[in-house]
Amino acid sequence: MNPFSSGTRLRDMIRAIRACKTAAEERAVVRKECASIRAAVSDNENDYRHRNLAKLMFIHMLGYPTHFGQMECLKLIAAPGFPEKRIGYLGLMLLLDERQEVLMLVTNSLKQDLNHTNQYIVGLALCALGNISSAEMARDLAPEVERLLQFRDPNVRKKAALCSIRIIKKVPDLAENFVNPVASLLKEKHHGVLLTAIQLCADLCMISEEALEYFRKKCTEGLVKVLKDAVNSPYAPEYDISGISDPFLQIRLLRILRILGHGDADASDLMNDILAQVATKTESNKNAGNAILYECVETIMSIEDSGGLRVLAINILGRFLSNRDNNIRYVALNMLMKAISIDGQAVQRHRATILECVKDSDASIRKRALELVSLLVNESNVKPLTKELIDYLEVSDNDFKGDLTVKICSIVEKLSPEKIWYIDQMLKVLCEAGNYVKDEVWHALIVVITNASNLHGYTVRALYRAIQTSGDQEAVVRVAIWCIGEYGDLLVNNIGMLDLEEPMTVTENDVVDAIEVASKRHASDLTTRSMCLVALLKLSSRFPSCSQRIKDIVTQFKGSHLLELQQRSLEFDSIIEKHQNLRSALVERMPVLDEATYSGRRAGSLPAVASTSQGNPLQLPNGVPKTVDAPLLDLLDLSADEPAPPTSSSANFLQDLLGDDILSSSSQSGRIQTQKSGTDVLLDLLSTGSPPAQNGSFTADILSISEDNNNKTTVNALNGLSSPVVTSAQRSHTSPVMDLLDGFGPNPTLPNNGPTFPPLVAFENSSLSLIFKFSKQPGSPQITQIEASFTNKSSEVYTDFIFQAAVPKFLQLHLEPASSNTLPGNGNGSITQKLRVTNNQHGKKSLVMRIRISYKLNNKDMLEEGQISNFPRDL
Amino acid sequence: MIHFVLSISRQGKVRLTKWYSPYTQRERTKVIQELSGMILTRGPKLCNIVEWRGFKVVYRRYAGLYFCMCVNHEDNELEILEIIQYFVETLNRYFGSVCELDLIFHFHQTYYILDEILIAGELQESSKTTVHRLIDAQVIC
Repeated sequence: MNPFSSGTRLRDMIRAIRACKTAAEERAVVRKECASIRAAVSDNENDYRHRNLAKLMFIHMLGYPTHFGQMECLKLIAAPGFPEKRIGYLGLMLLLDERQEVLMLVTNSLKQDLNHTNQYIVGLALCALGNISSAEMARDLAPEVERLLQFRDPNVRKKAALCSIRIIKKVPDLAENFVNPVASLLKEKHHGVLLTAIQLCADLCMISEEALEYFRKKCTEGLVKVLKDAVNSPYAPEYDISGISDPFLQIRLLRILRILGHGDADASDLMNDILAQVATKTESNKNAGNAILYECVETIMSIEDSGGLRVLAINILGRFLSNRDNNIRYVALNMLMKAISIDGQAVQRHRATILECVKDSDASIRKRALELVSLLVNESNVKPLTKELIDYLEVSDNDFKGDLTVKICSIVEKLSPEKIWYIDQMLKVLCEAGNYVKDEVWHALIVVITNASNLHGYTVRALYRAIQTSGDQEAVVRVAIWCIGEYGDLLVNNIGMLDLEEPMTVTENDVVDAIEVASKRHASDLTTRSMCLVALLKLSSRFPSCSQRIKDIVTQFKGSHLLELQQRSLEFDSIIEKHQNLRSALVERMPVLDEATYSGRRAGSLPAVASTSQGNPLQLPNGVPKTVDAPLLDLLDLSADEPAPPTSSSANFLQDLLGDDILSSSSQSGRIQTQKSGTDVLLDLLSTGSPPAQNGSFTADILSISEDNNNKTTVNALNGLSSPVVTSAQRSHTSPVMDLLDGFGPNPTLPNNGPTFPPLVAFENSSLSLIFKFSKQPGSPQITQIEASFTNKSSEVYTDFIFQAAVPKFLQLHLEPASSNTLPGNGNGSITQKLRVTNNQHGKKSLVMRIRISYKLNNKDMLEEGQISNFPRDL
Repeated sequence: MIHFVLSISRQGKVRLTKWYSPYTQRERTKVIQELSGMILTRGPKLCNIVEWRGFKVVYRRYAGLYFCMCVNHEDNELEILEIIQYFVETLNRYFGSVCELDLIFHFHQTYYILDEILIAGELQESSKTTVHRLIDAQVIC
């Protein structure tokens, strides 16, 4: 007989497949079988359908595709006989999952089977429905299942109960239909029905608040009684497991009591006695007993407090913790995490045991213990605990190191008592497991280092030593490079020695060596090498003697394949060579990084200002044009309570903010100035929105203004202008401006100008004066137009005159190009420049501004700086 | 709730799979591969619980077969161990000293037995005699 006809018995096919020596042989056998099954399917053969489906299921379990058999399942389910239906339902559950649309076709068969007279067939249908029904099927068939909850046979009732669980999970709206039937099921005696009814009750309570209330009121007492009976029942062989009578039922009862008692004092009272009984009487030498005790402890922890019970529970946990069985210890560690919130002291007593569990050979136990330890740590025990954990870090497995480092770092960060301890611990962690440490960790370390200014010397020396010993840990190398770059001078000169340090002689060349080695190391990645370049730039300024050597190192990266390195190398080389005057300002000491903003940023809540990615502020030096603005803007927030930065660095910051302006816009403003000043004046006046038809008539008047300085004409001519914006053509004095402004006030044809403000002498010294004139447009009180005019009080002419201004965060400043950049002496002319300031806190804060004026006097660079805080209040 | 039941041989061959939560075919193969890797490499003295993707997988080894059940984080692991024991004892009583070959050649009966013990990922019956009686009745039927 051909062994591969569709008449092959299942057994023979399995034997044939198992006899195959190679995967290719197996595939061949399976292919033949599938072919004959497919032929049988298309021929619609009835006889062997049952057998074919069984074979198909086996092939499916081997991993081959079997979707051509799905319709066979449906045909078998529709067959009248029990064995066919059984295998049909099994095939359905195995070959299909709830997302397949074919499943919908079964709904009708299921409905018929749920109403069948044969209780076993009803059972089959309930089982299939309970295992793989989709939401639509659940909704369609829910009424049938509800009815079956009261079927005469308990086995059907229990299956109906479990099927209902799936239904309410898929369609939570139907939950209320099941509440009443369940309440009556809970009074049954049959263990199977009771078990499943309790489970259904538990799920109902989790889905619906009303159900929870209902069961709490009606059923708590009954359930307590059932538990009492179960615990006290005599030996019954059918329920006995390891000497305990029906542990499953007891566990379920304890669970439902937990749900009912949680948050409700009355319900909890009812349970106290039985819980105490279970906790004390249950034998704990077998797993079944321990399972019951575990559930009992969970319940005690969740319900409302009644002192004695809690103590009992923690005692049980303590016993579990010292049990030799690993499962029990695991379970105990899990429970202790919940117990901490209830009685932290009791858990602290077991700290030593828990610490031992961190070092256990079992990975699951280690994980639990570590989580528990991180909950246990507080200010008093942080130092010894951290020491233990770091000691363990050295011997732990590599896959555990990742978790361990994260935990250690978070503990150290949250609870470190002093900065020097923090830095020490972090250094140890980095040296040991730096490769597993996340970026945020060493960023945070650098932030802390900048804040601990008295420890800079100590830190940089420790890091220098660390880089010699643990040069393979990337994080150590990065932190060390950053610090050596910043504080290299402290390192070489042994500044800031603490008592516990030994003196170390490090020459400048040694330092440059260390960085060179780090940059050339094969394992260094892009970030590390970029940081090396930056550090070298800083050192070239701090160690002028090594400047040439550093330049040589930096130029080596000019041909690098990595764009970042190439770019940095070129830029830094150019700075070192050509811009020596800028260099020292560029690489001055970093300001203290603000920990609060930094940790706020880390927590994901970016302040509105900072938009740069993490890590940038730490890698780029001050002053490079693409630097982050956030720390600088913070410092410029003149209304904050931060200490005023020293004036030398304030110059730096102004330069940074406006660095682009210095380098690029000076040329721009120069270009614009080639226009004739006369037309500028015209443009200014006419660009304020006056109707074009009036241009011509006004031009003559305006020109006459500038020539005659005739105030009256000015007032009259400008009366007709619709825009109230003052754009004066005037050259020097303030009084014509006053008249102009006054002229606008009472004019009825003009719209309301808004408040007028007197002009302000913003800045005055022996060589220069600066006057601001204000105007506001009605309707936009936040925007102020300022016209700045500069007057030269000396007798020399000023050339290359550049005005810069900076404002705090709540203001926005827009500068237009100045009228010229040559200021003739003796007040013979003035430069005007327009500014527009938008005050986001109009009414709450008044304007403040820092200004900086640079010019050349007899080819000598001059610089004036100042702060203007006497703006009128309402601007 | 039990999300799925797996039975894997020591060589990594799958002998039984039952899924009570929605997993596509592709996801199922992936899950099986992952868990096989995790569980088959664990030493004998270690605890029977592994944490996986936020769930817990409780397993026990019987001769050359590992029986694994995946449960939620808040379930009682020790009870699941009891359920696994219960299932294997029932198999034992039905097949008479069950061995792996029985599970291979009579896999559909194994599934029938599992369906009498668990539905929708929950335990159905705690009485062994009832379960046996039901299984016997349905074989004749």
